[in-house]
Amino acid sequence: MLEKLMNMDRRLIFILVAVVVIIPTLIPIRLPTRVSEPAQKLYDYIEELPPGETIMLAFDYGPSSLAEPEPMAKAVLRHCFNKGVNVIGVTLYANMPTLAHGLMQKIAAENDAIYGEDYIFLGYRPGALQVILGMGNNIASVFETDYSGTAIHEIPMMKNIKNYDQIALLLDLAAGSSTEAWIVYANTRYGLKIAAGVTGVIIAQMYPFLQTGQLVGLMPGYLGATEYEKLLNAPGDGTVGLNTASFVHVLLIGLVLLGNIAFFIHRRREE
Amino acid sequence: MEIFGIWIASLLTLCIYSFLYRDNPFYRFAEHLFVGISVGYSIVITIHQGFIPLAWNPLSEAMVALGTQIRGEATPETSEALSGLFKIFPIGIGLLFFARLSPRQAWLIRYPIAILIGFNSGIAIPNVLRAAIFEQTHGTLTPFAQMHAGSMSLDDIIGAVFIGIGLICTLIYFFFSVEHQGPVGWLSKIGIAFLMVGFGAAFGNTVMGRVALLIHRTGFLINDWLGTIF
Repeated sequence: MLEKLMNMDRRLIFILVAVVVIIPTLIPIRLPTRVSEPAQKLYDYIEELPPGETIMLAFDYGPSSLAEPEPMAKAVLRHCFNKGVNVIGVTLYANMPTLAHGLMQKIAAENDAIYGEDYIFLGYRPGALQVILGMGNNIASVFETDYSGTAIHEIPMMKNIKNYDQIALLLDLAAGSSTEAWIVYANTRYGLKIAAGVTGVIIAQMYPFLQTGQLVGLMPGYLGATEYEKLLNAPGDGTVGLNTASFVHVLLIGLVLLGNIAFFIHRRREE
Repeated sequence: MEIFGIWIASLLTLCIYSFLYRDNPFYRFAEHLFVGISVGYSIVITIHQGFIPLAWNPLSEAMVALGTQIRGEATPETSEALSGLFKIFPIGIGLLFFARLSPRQAWLIRYPIAILIGFNSGIAIPNVLRAAIFEQTHGTLTPFAQMHAGSMSLDDIIGAVFIGIGLICTLIYFFFSVEHQGPVGWLSKIGIAFLMVGFGAAFGNTVMGRVALLIHRTGFLINDWLGTIF
């Protein structure tokens, strides 16, 4: 039995994980969630913004990592459009403009938001550092036109927006090191308030910035998206994803425990 | 058309996941296709969103304005457009990167690299020091000042003390000028424990992130792809 366990075919584990993912996807099960302080802070910050204020939403992830940031983007966009908070979309990732533009259009259409009045999408410019620093002086010096080619000065929403001084918050939806770049250059140099919604891989790196107040709020992975959806009282992709993830986590913890027990028994027998 | 896209995406997803069984031509086809399309798409986007608006348009407008000025038909707009001529300098420096292609002229690449390193260091050092060192040190010490003022809850006090111990012990672990024996050895071992907890949290979060990707693709296959069949 022990030998079998020690030499278990890894493909058996893949099958187990697949089954545990497929079943909750087919039969949605709602597990209870509690809203954590970082997500609550972000929600409260946006909730307290008066209508007409503007936030910047940075889609700093790629198609291969959109599973976690996309539900966050949807939830925050819905919140902003319902509150009358304007949104400027931007990305530092070359392979993201089309997806980010499409997502903003989709959520805007659901919430009757008008392009140019309630939201715009600036698109992408190469050189992340230069883009972040340049927008601190003058957004139009980096993005003379929006993603569709309309001159920035012709867009009604941008009439009174010159640089970060007119932006209430930058929310960075990140799958890499972009949040640190926004903190170091936009927050430290220009005093722009920063919040983040990040993938599971980089959550641990974000907490020190939360403790110092360099981040206004934080949405960690699927959990962050679920918490934000709960605050909006509108369960979405994040909630479905987190419920499924919870079952997989239980399976993985069980497998780790089983593997360790088998390993220690095996070692003791060999001794 | 949308259904066609869903089918293509689904079949490619299945090709990638077929690697879980063993390496095979379907996986390799999907992998190469992904790499090729990603690079091609990035190049096109960089040209359209970077080169054309930031280099080509200002420079070509400036050249047209220069022609207008020479003909003596200057207007305030053409005078303004002339400022685009200054783009020649950064474009010229950027083009020096291509000197790498010629073994005899390869030394020219040192100039753009020197400018990039100089600019990035100059802008990064003060800002990184402030954001990552001063602000973090301030954030670690501030709770102790608040503790002294008696404005903290017991939970926050325990948290602040824990962070303080973790910071000191971890720093001691990386302090190699003193032999790690006696009290220093014990403190560095506590530092290792904190590091292990940090690595464990990072690994756990990474697993969570990877599971999220699997859930997303499974949701796509079940809801979107199978939705087109049943």
